[in-house]
Formats: sequence, structure tokens, C-alpha cells
Amino acid sequence: MWWTRLRALIVKELLAVLRDPKGRTVLIVPPILQLLVFSYAATLEVTNVDVLVLNRDNGHWSQDLVQEIQGSPTFRSVRFTNSPDEVRLSIDTQKVIAAIEIGPTFSRDIEAGLPAEVQVILDGRRSNASQIVSGYLGRIVGALAAETPAGKRMAADAVTVVARNWFNPNLTYQWFMVPNLVASIALLIGLIVTALSIARERELGTFDQLMVSPLRTHEILIGKLIPPMMIGLFHITIYILAAVFIFGVPLRGSLLLLYGSAVFYLASVVGLGLFISALSMTQQQAILGAFLFMVPAMLLSGFATPIENMPSWLQPITYVNPLRYFLVIVKGVFLKDIPAVEVARQTIPLLVIAIVTLSAASWLFRRRLE
Amino acid sequence: MSDNAPFVRIADVVKRFGDAPPALDHISGEILGGRITGLVGPDGAGKTTLIRLMTGLMVPGEGKVEVLGFDTVTSAADIQAAIGYMPQRFGLYEDLSVQENLNLYADLRGLPLGERTATFDELLEFTDLKRFTTRLAGKLSGGMKQKLGLACALLRKPRLLLLDEPGVGVDPISRRDLWKMVENLTKEGIGVVWSTAYLDEAEACDSVLLLNEGKLLFTGSPIELTERVADRVFKVSGITQGRRQALARYLDDENVVDGVIQGEAIRLVMKPQTMPGGPDDGSVTPKMATTTPRFEDAFIDMLGGGPGGRSKLAETQTPFAVENAKPVIEAHGLTKRFGDFTAADTITFDIPRGQIFGLLGPNGAGKSTTFKMLCGLLKPTAGEGRVAGFDLRRDAAEARNRLGYMAQKFSLYGDLSVAQNLSFFAGVYGLSGTRKRDRIQLMTEIFGFARLLDMSAKDLPLGLKQRLALACAVLHEPEALFLDEPTSGVDPITRREFWTHINGLVEKGVTVLVTTHFMDEAEYCDRISLIYRGRSIALGSPDELKAQVASDKLPDPTMEDAFIALVEGSEAKEAA
Repeated sequence: MWWTRLRALIVKELLAVLRDPKGRTVLIVPPILQLLVFSYAATLEVTNVDVLVLNRDNGHWSQDLVQEIQGSPTFRSVRFTNSPDEVRLSIDTQKVIAAIEIGPTFSRDIEAGLPAEVQVILDGRRSNASQIVSGYLGRIVGALAAETPAGKRMAADAVTVVARNWFNPNLTYQWFMVPNLVASIALLIGLIVTALSIARERELGTFDQLMVSPLRTHEILIGKLIPPMMIGLFHITIYILAAVFIFGVPLRGSLLLLYGSAVFYLASVVGLGLFISALSMTQQQAILGAFLFMVPAMLLSGFATPIENMPSWLQPITYVNPLRYFLVIVKGVFLKDIPAVEVARQTIPLLVIAIVTLSAASWLFRRRLE
Repeated sequence: MSDNAPFVRIADVVKRFGDAPPALDHISGEILGGRITGLVGPDGAGKTTLIRLMTGLMVPGEGKVEVLGFDTVTSAADIQAAIGYMPQRFGLYEDLSVQENLNLYADLRGLPLGERTATFDELLEFTDLKRFTTRLAGKLSGGMKQKLGLACALLRKPRLLLLDEPGVGVDPISRRDLWKMVENLTKEGIGVVWSTAYLDEAEACDSVLLLNEGKLLFTGSPIELTERVADRVFKVSGITQGRRQALARYLDDENVVDGVIQGEAIRLVMKPQTMPGGPDDGSVTPKMATTTPRFEDAFIDMLGGGPGGRSKLAETQTPFAVENAKPVIEAHGLTKRFGDFTAADTITFDIPRGQIFGLLGPNGAGKSTTFKMLCGLLKPTAGEGRVAGFDLRRDAAEARNRLGYMAQKFSLYGDLSVAQNLSFFAGVYGLSGTRKRDRIQLMTEIFGFARLLDMSAKDLPLGLKQRLALACAVLHEPEALFLDEPTSGVDPITRREFWTHINGLVEKGVTVLVTTHFMDEAEYCDRISLIYRGRSIALGSPDELKAQVASDKLPDPTMEDAFIALVEGSEAKEAA
């Protein structure tokens, strides 16, 4: 009996989303946009850099250095100048992000075994990109230094650092981004579809009709919970396929673990959505509420910036963010073979969030009947 | 333009929206100054479209509309400066006070500062809102909102006043006030267009344009229209048993054009040169007398008569045993307080099996609150409600399994198809397998959904939506039916059909609770509770309530007369 009622409600929820043109748009457009924007446009790598070189040295060491810079794929164009004024102007008008000034005694100092200096001027307004460019340039200069007579002499007894990036040896940006997107798309779709579901019924007046039917409150909640979870799992699957077959991200861990934890993740997201929905009187309020939660949730998840870098008073807030836990799982399953114990450790908080939000939504739901 | 030229000339106007049948199909007519012209028809007839065409806010697809000598397409601005327009939900700012709303509209309409004090005074006097100038518009009653809307539309005295359904959501008393105000305006030569779905309002107009599904059925004075059924309207009284069965038999008589229940009597419209027979129920010969025809009688006659008296729905209903004397719906001291406001105050009644009980009252009086407490949508602050013996608080699910619910606003799932809606409601009420298939099949046959099964519910015409709502409410053969203003806005034929089904079901032992503000719907009830200011101020059969207010001046009061007299009586008692 309860199964007949519940099945009718689940089928209806799915149909209501799929038959509404607006609902269909929500399911198709944001996922495609997000995939395109985050995996191609919003890149954190620094490429296509323009630099300016002010070379006052005539020796072959400075020529070698300039050639190294020109040969690096990071730099799009290397321009030359003789005037310090142009350096200032080019940086000021953002024509270049960095200028390299080589002093007149550069080659002579190297040959003489004296310390030689290169000055790099960076645009501090673009602090993140500047830092990265500075790192690139430092590496090129370091490599050159090792070639100098003094450098060769020192190499015999120097300690060298050889960096090797595990899990993502070439530090391919999309390997890092696309698994993140698997988690964030489920958050976006899960929240919006659920947030709208109750609010839409309220607005259309069909909610009363549900409340006078023999459906019990928990049945209504379960009926509202399962369809967005099904839709979320569908989107997760599409994104996993895109990650593997379009972006070539390795899938090293267990899909079973990924899907298993995804169910808990989606339950916690939908729980939040239901809570927002139960609070809202109109669809507009529900959408606003969903975004009010979503933007900080993305920022406080470790999606773009590591949680460890946040101030210590802010870090505890991330504990209530389901995205934080699921990001660890998704990246772990994709890039390394994350052990089941670690997945479980991240899934338990998701379960707690789901239980809390769903109970809160159901409490709010009953209260609204007063 | 001469003095007695019509204010509005509508010449062969057609207006289409998308692929749907035309919203207005070759309409022609005239509106004169100094009179109230009714724009009459059920929802979806094309009234609002026609009014918007007159304001120049919309352009006709074919044909021409001329207002005060201006063409609506080329000189819309001239027209808008000379008319007053009150849309269905007048754009009052609910968070501003009455006076602030007036100021705002005076600014918008460019009323010179010097004239304001005098104009405001006159309008506030006229609308009787003087005492409420500081009250927020959102806190006004429906009737007062309409009066304020009217005042705003009258700020610069217009030559033509267009009112789009001013009577909706307004109780009969305020409706009378509003009507009197508008009547006074016509004495100054202002032309008034009053659109309405209530046929009793139409009767009071000087002339009417009667629309149905975009077509003009009649234009002229209402008396001309009612004349076509003169001497054909009869009131059959003295039926001792089963007026519902008697009505059903009458409606099956091919000479009967239309029939409705009026308290203990039956009102019949006959084909020309025919007389109603006896009700054949073995009772004493009933009294039969011709009576004054009403607008609605003529309208039904024009549409070719109402539906027959047989309800296939009721015929297939398994009867509920009536002998069990326990009431099916009980309200014991139901009270609901919101903060220090008492929306419903110790309301008590019970409804025996197989009866129709009506909750009647102005908007905001507490009838919806009472209704919602009884079907479990609101928790009462005190008192209890029972359906089929089950307490709504303790055994809510058991109680809900036995009730069917149909709300005023079409509240099915618009994006779902007809078949999906039926299937959903069947599932929610626990029907499955063959029983589900059979019930849906039966509803499809009875209500003629066969060709429409794949259509989205929101695209159905209003009458069909209403049928679908009824079908979904009775799929699980409920013992008790809760109807919240079930037929507001639908055309009179669909309304007849609806009541034929309800009457049939009641004869099979289904119990009905209905809220309504239609006075003729109230006449179908076995008993009525008149709710006013949260209290039940009168309880009894329609005839008993009418008898309570009968006087020498008013020997045969209508339901509306009774309503007004009882409410005014209660107010007087409270004031004393």
C-alpha cells in the first residue's frame, strides 16, 4: 500500500521535472555550461605570458638565457627594449606581466666566477599569475646557473632537488578540475531541483492536494528525496564518462566506492534542498536560497583553494559542507586508488549531514501545517 | 463626435493567441455613455481580452476598436488619458497606506496639486474609506480593496470607466455598495464597462455583451434576453421526499431545458408550450407556478439547454449504507487562533451521511479556515474534527483515505498529462493493478477524456479542468467530499453537470462539505452555516435561513437577501 503511494509520488516528481520546459532546461544547460567553463575557460594555469627583456649585456651567457626564455612554451611573446622607461610603461599598461633586466656585467661576472644577478620586475596587481611566472623564470635561471663553470664545480657536492608529481605527473589542470566538477554539478542540480519541488507545489496550490491525500509526511519527504537523487546520479554518471573519455582523466580507484558514497552525498545535498524548500513560500525564494548556500559552499569546499590555507576560525565552518567531503572522495577515486577506509571516513560526516538536514526539513514541514 | 454617439465601437474584432481557437471571434458591439454595460461570460470567454483591446494595451488581430472617437491602434495614448481602467487585480501597493496609494496614483496620473485635497475628499467620501486612510492597503478586506482601486481609477474623472471583474472576491454587501457607487457615476454621463462571470450581476446592467468561448452570444438589454424564456420558468414546490431524485427525473424529461434546486423547491425552464409534469414520486401533487425568469435561465436556453439528470458517475458508485446514524463529518468547537486574531471561533456542526453541507460567508470570514481544519490542512487551536469517525489529528491518514478533495483553484499538476494526473491520484490513494485500471477507464468514459489523455492538464479549457479535478477527487470512491468553491468561474452548463454528479453521489450516501460564495450553489445544500467574523451566525436549511429574514417588505427573499440581512443583523447585535 505505502509502496503504491510512494511509487506514484516518485513517478510524478520525475514527470513534473521532465515535462516542464523550464525544468528540462535546468537539467541540460547548467551542466554543459559548467563543464565548458570550468574545464576550458576558468583555468588556473599561467600560459600565454608576455615578457619584456632589457638586456644590457653582450656576452653569450645572456644570449643563452634569452634563448631559454624564448624557447619555453609558457611565454607567448618575448619583446626587447633598451629603455628602463619602457619597462615601467609596459608593466603599467599591462602589456607584459614581467620584465627581465640583465645587467651589463652579467657574462663577465659568470666567467669570472663572481655572483651574477638578473632582476625580474613583476606586476603585483596580478599576484597569483606573477608568482607563477616568477617561479618559471627562477627555474630557467637556475638551470642556466648549473651550466656555468662555477655551477659545474659546485654540482659535485651540492644537494639537488628533483620534483616528481605523483598522481598527476604533468600537473594537467583538467585532471584536477574535472573530478571536482563531478561533485559540484551534483550539488548544483540536486539543490535546484529539490529546492523548487515543494516551493512549486506551494505556488501552484497542489501542495494542499498532497497534504489531504493519505500520503504521510515521511512518505512525502521520501518521495521528494528520491527523484532528485536519481537525477543527481544521472549527472554524476555523465560527468564521469566525460572525464574519462573526453578529458582522459585516469580512473584508478573503485567506481563502487564512488557511487556508494555518492548516494550519501546526494542525500545530504537533497536534504539541504528540502530544508530550503520548506522554508520558502515561492519558487523565487527557493532559487535565491539555493544560491545563497551554493556560492559559499563552493568557496569553502577546497574546490579552488585548499581548506588548510583558510584562517583557522573559518575552517570549522567547512565541516558542515557536504562538498568538502565528497571532493576528497572523487579526487581520490580518480587520481589515486583511495582506500575504502578513507572513503568511509569521509562518508560518515555526509551521513550525519543528511540525517540532520532531513530531520530539520521534516520538522519544518510539519510545523508549516500549524 | 456627437453627444449620443457610442463611447466605444467594436467592429468585427478577432484576436488570437498562438494556435488556440480565437480568444475573440468576430465581435461587434457598442458601449454607450451614461450606462453600465455588462461584459458577461464565464472565465475564458474573452472578457479581459476585450477590455484590454479597449484600453489600447493590446492590438486587435482583425477588425477595429474605436474609443471616444480614437482608434486604439493609432491613438492609444489619447485613449489612456481619457479613460479609467481597473484591472482584475488592481495594482494597489499593499505596503502603502490608503492615502499613500492615492498620492502615488495622483502623481502617476498627473493630477494638479491644487485639485488634490478636494478630489481626495470627494473620493474618500464616495468610497466610504475616510476612516481608513492610514491603514495599509494589504490589510483591507477584498471589498475595501476594490473600492480603493475604484477611487484610484477615478482620480482624474474619466469619460469611460473599464472595470475588469470588480465583483471577484467581494462579499455581497460590498458588492452592492460598489454597484451603487458605479451607478452614481453613470448619472454624470460616464460610460461604465463592468465585466463579470456572475450572471446575477449581468441582470442589473443596462445592457450586456454576452460572451462564451470567444463568441458573442447576445448584445442588448438583459430584459430582452430574459424575455425569450418568459412564461417558461416554473417553480415546483411541495416536493415531500427526494428533491434531488425529483430534479434528476425532471432533467431527463426532454421538454425540460434546465433545472436547479432552490432550497426545498425546484426551478425549471421548459421548452416552449410545455408544462412540467408531476415528480412521479408518489408524493402529494406539487404546486407549480411560473416565476420571473433570470439571466442565467436565458443563457442556458441560448446554449441549448443544460445536461440531463443522469450521472454515470453516481450510477457506478457503490452505495454507502445510510442506516448508520453516526454523522460522517463532525466539527466540535473548532477554534483557530493566529496570534491574538481568532479566525474561527468554536464552530460546531455535524453532517449526517448523504447530505450536502455548505459553509457560506464573505472572504476572510473564516470559512476557509474551518474547511481546512476539517480536512486536516490546519491544526485547530481547540476543538476537534472527525471524518468517518476518525480523529483528524490522531488517525489523519485513515481519515484522509476516506475523503476526496477538490479546491477552488485548479490544483492538479498542469505539466502532467490527463492520464498521468489520473494515474498519480489513483496511486496516491493506494489503487493499483486491475482496480486502478478499471477506475481510470471508468473516469475516462464518464468524463469523455478519451481523446485528451495525452494533453497537458494546464492546456485544457477551464470546464474540462474542473471535470478532471472532480474525477481525481472521486477516483477512490471517498465517503466524504470536500469541495472548496468548486465551480467558481466555470460556465453554467459545466456547473449544472457538476451538481448533477454531486447530487447523484449524495443519493448514494456520499457526504459533501462545500464552501461557496455563489448563492445558487448554496441552494443545493441541505444545510448551511453562515460564517461571519470567525463565528457561525446562522445554521439551517436554505429555506429556514430565508424564512428568518422574510418580512412584509420582502416576502420572498433570495439567498443573497438572506445573507445580507443576517450579516447586518449580526453586526448590529455586536455594535449594541
